[in-house]
Amino acid sequence: MYILTVTEMNTYLRELLDAEPVLSDVWVEGEISNFKRHTSGHCYFSLKEGDAVLNAVMWKSYALRLGDLPRNGDAVLAHGRVSFYEVGGKLQLYVDTLRAAGVGFLHAQFEELKQRLDTEGLFDLSRKRALPLLPRRVGIVTSGKGAALQDMLTVLARRCPLVEVLISPCLVQGEQAPGSIVAALHTLYATDVDLIIVARGGGSLEDLWAFNAEEVARTIFASSIPVITGIGHETDTTIADYVADLRAPTPSAAAELAVPEQAELRLSLAALRQQLNTAFAINIDTRRRELAAAHDRLRHYNPAIRLPHARQQVDDLLRRAEAQLQYGLTLRQTQLQGLQAQLSALSPQATLERGYAVVRQATNGTVVTQSTQVGSGETLVITLRSGKLVADVVELQAEESA
Amino acid sequence: MSENTPVATYETLYQQLQEVVNRLEAGTLPLEESLHLYEQGVQLAAACQHLLDTAELRIEQLQVGMGEPAD
Repeated sequence: MYILTVTEMNTYLRELLDAEPVLSDVWVEGEISNFKRHTSGHCYFSLKEGDAVLNAVMWKSYALRLGDLPRNGDAVLAHGRVSFYEVGGKLQLYVDTLRAAGVGFLHAQFEELKQRLDTEGLFDLSRKRALPLLPRRVGIVTSGKGAALQDMLTVLARRCPLVEVLISPCLVQGEQAPGSIVAALHTLYATDVDLIIVARGGGSLEDLWAFNAEEVARTIFASSIPVITGIGHETDTTIADYVADLRAPTPSAAAELAVPEQAELRLSLAALRQQLNTAFAINIDTRRRELAAAHDRLRHYNPAIRLPHARQQVDDLLRRAEAQLQYGLTLRQTQLQGLQAQLSALSPQATLERGYAVVRQATNGTVVTQSTQVGSGETLVITLRSGKLVADVVELQAEESA
Repeated sequence: MSENTPVATYETLYQQLQEVVNRLEAGTLPLEESLHLYEQGVQLAAACQHLLDTAELRIEQLQVGMGEPAD
């Protein structure tokens, strides 16, 4: 049993409440009543639900952030901490954020779903797929009647009219919208489109709400075809945007991102066309040079050009033959002279020079080498070194025996 | 998949043109064949150009079970 003063009691209550984590960060949904804005700028009001009432205060610094001041009877979602105000002995919600309840509730739902799907890995960057560089058929999931569709078709027709478009219409707002979007996606999954745009024109947060539905997020996640989202305006981001392979700020921007400028195709075609010309020109040039080389070789074997050469070869041969002949002649001449010298050494003339004489019979010219060849009185011709003598044999003398 | 779309046709022609250029660039072709390839390439390029010049966005609308009320 404790006995406390009022101050001690109130302090104890405040400390007790301040230590409670749930009370330090809490959203409270209720209806505004007794709203008063003090001259200091602080706002005092109550949150009511049936008979239940919670006192609330919003300091000036937070109140200044409010666009419009709430009015009594507004359903709101207030965020802040609950504490005990010792001076007035009152339990109070110290509000830092105040939202209209519908939107505020949606926002809280959004944050919860976003957190959950993120944890599950539905937003992982690693599973974002690259878009086809040039899609063949683009599937579009959107309202068949909205300006968004017309905007996208205009962009696609301007950028790349080569592509085909398959529109899978759906409801984009209202309770049935999520189911309709899912059905439209599944219809496209059964076709041969190679890129899907999920789009909706701008609207309020509630208008875009279908694109925050979990079933839509999971259906997009399950797609085997890359998905681009273009939902609402620049500032709107839906759960569908987080799951998509690529988020575009608007439907038109999604269409821009979906296809390349056809001008790019023209450029690459022109470049390839130029490459063709160059390759062909090089080919022709190579052939031309080969032809020139072949022509050169042909000229080399041309008899008209080879003839002087052959002629020269013949001349050379003739010259060599002549030289050979000359050499042979000279050689023989030398040999002849040698022989002549030998011959003249052996001729009787040389003997005659030395004083010997040749004796022949006058009748038949027979050289007389022994006395028995001739008879007494026979005429002989004696050849001397110079001149001849005609003489008669006076006496024969036989060879003296040794 | 989507074989009969203009883009598919364009890509087929463009790829053929690339092959023609590649073969010409390889460069060991008889004169007659390179002439033939060149003519083929010129025709392919013209066909690609024609597709780009005359393209009009083809739009088809699917019927979806849970679609919008027809009004």
